[in-house]
Amino acid sequence: MPMASPEAPRTTGTDLVKRGMADMLKGGVIMDVVDAEQARIAEDAGAVAVMALERVPADIRRDGGVARMSDPALITGIQEAVSVPVMAKARIGHFAEAQVLEALAVDYIDESEVLTPADEAHHIDKWRFTVPFVCGATNLGEALRRISEGAAMIRSKGEAGTGDIVQAVRHLRSIRGDIAKITQADSAELYQWAKELQAPVQLVQELAETGRLPVPLFCAGGIATPADAALVMQLGAEACFVGSGIFKSADPPRFARAIVEATTHYRDANIVAKVSRGLGDAMRGQDAGHVEVRLAERGW
Amino acid sequence: MHDVGVLALQGDVGEHEQALKSLGVTPVAVRTPSDLEAVEMIVVPGGESTAISLLLGSSGLREPLQQRLAAGMPAFGTCAGMILLANDIRGGRPDQVQLAAIDITVQRNAFGRQVQSFETDLEVDGLDHPFHAVFIRAPAVERVGPGVEVLATVTGPDDRPKPVLCRRGPILVAAFHPELSGDTRLHQMFLEGSLREASTTKP
Repeated sequence: MPMASPEAPRTTGTDLVKRGMADMLKGGVIMDVVDAEQARIAEDAGAVAVMALERVPADIRRDGGVARMSDPALITGIQEAVSVPVMAKARIGHFAEAQVLEALAVDYIDESEVLTPADEAHHIDKWRFTVPFVCGATNLGEALRRISEGAAMIRSKGEAGTGDIVQAVRHLRSIRGDIAKITQADSAELYQWAKELQAPVQLVQELAETGRLPVPLFCAGGIATPADAALVMQLGAEACFVGSGIFKSADPPRFARAIVEATTHYRDANIVAKVSRGLGDAMRGQDAGHVEVRLAERGW
Repeated sequence: MHDVGVLALQGDVGEHEQALKSLGVTPVAVRTPSDLEAVEMIVVPGGESTAISLLLGSSGLREPLQQRLAAGMPAFGTCAGMILLANDIRGGRPDQVQLAAIDITVQRNAFGRQVQSFETDLEVDGLDHPFHAVFIRAPAVERVGPGVEVLATVTGPDDRPKPVLCRRGPILVAAFHPELSGDTRLHQMFLEGSLREASTTKP
């Protein structure tokens, strides 16, 4: 009988547990929320997780100033309001903010370029944490460097807070395109790839063998409509982060629900058409080519 | 071989498909009622049970899936899949779909938040060596109804043994993720059990 034998030891914070948590979010939508009420709207609409923050990226962009980790009271309030996982953002390199977020038992930390970076050279050593991390990337080299530092999920950076999908598309195409090329390279060429990407050769060799990142690849930065979600899913994203796109739209509950449906049924244009019908205005947004602060350039 | 579906509304669908493929089965992704008609057994993957529950409603799958399960369709649910297949859910939303394929009470997030997620080697009835099990914000079974076999337990936060692998007829449910650890014995158990069930119930 299983009950009679002594139980084997348990280990927490392993690669499998951290990456597995990201696997459970696949095919879903992670929504930025600034309070418990928005968190409930997100959960009601079928969000697989919420990102707790004080201001959505569009407002951070508008307000300027230094953007930091959210108040723990706000994060705790959101944790109490919903049963889905709650993520929160730490500044790039700000391991003390990450320690606070781990103490609050958030389910994932986003080491995010949306906040003002705290370190000009170093990202957080993510292996030292039990809580898993997601990091943004604009290209494959950046993605592999973040994975080598312990990131358990990669997302495109896009250009957060613009509602313009063009940068996220560029980042996804760049990451997926280079992965495809590496699978065609011979073993000698992989060393050159590692040098060009400024990434560990072991990760490049693993990519060549498997044809995929060792962690899930999600899309963030600029998703504002159901069709945007369907676009990035067809380009190889495994799930969507939606920041300003929901709560800056004319009808957040409907937009949220429609983006959830489009993310699941991204191959079925009839369903994407149906959920897009009469949605009202998407967030107004701004052309990502003409923004003053390029958030995607933060991080290295 | 019977056609095996994987409910593909949200979650780690690809990992289940991979496990089934390595056993020589070509799985069918189920997103619509017509997809469901083409399959004879179904895997309900891990993911967020609240999101999958909503998508079951909007896709029109909820009622036909409930009917097929009531008519004896074999199903294997892991984590969120276990929650959805149960007939009683604690810590869920009041509007959460219950596919009610197995008479158990399931507590959502029974072991805490992600920082408490863990791996361990599990003794499983019917397997000759332990199964490496990955528990992620895992549920646990608080009550099993008549006829439900408990194949594995772990100690819960209240220091009492919690069933984490249960079977009743053609329904197998796990609180953990056999699709993540590269061990296909439980998928094998599901496929074999379903075939045995089919051969005893059909004339």
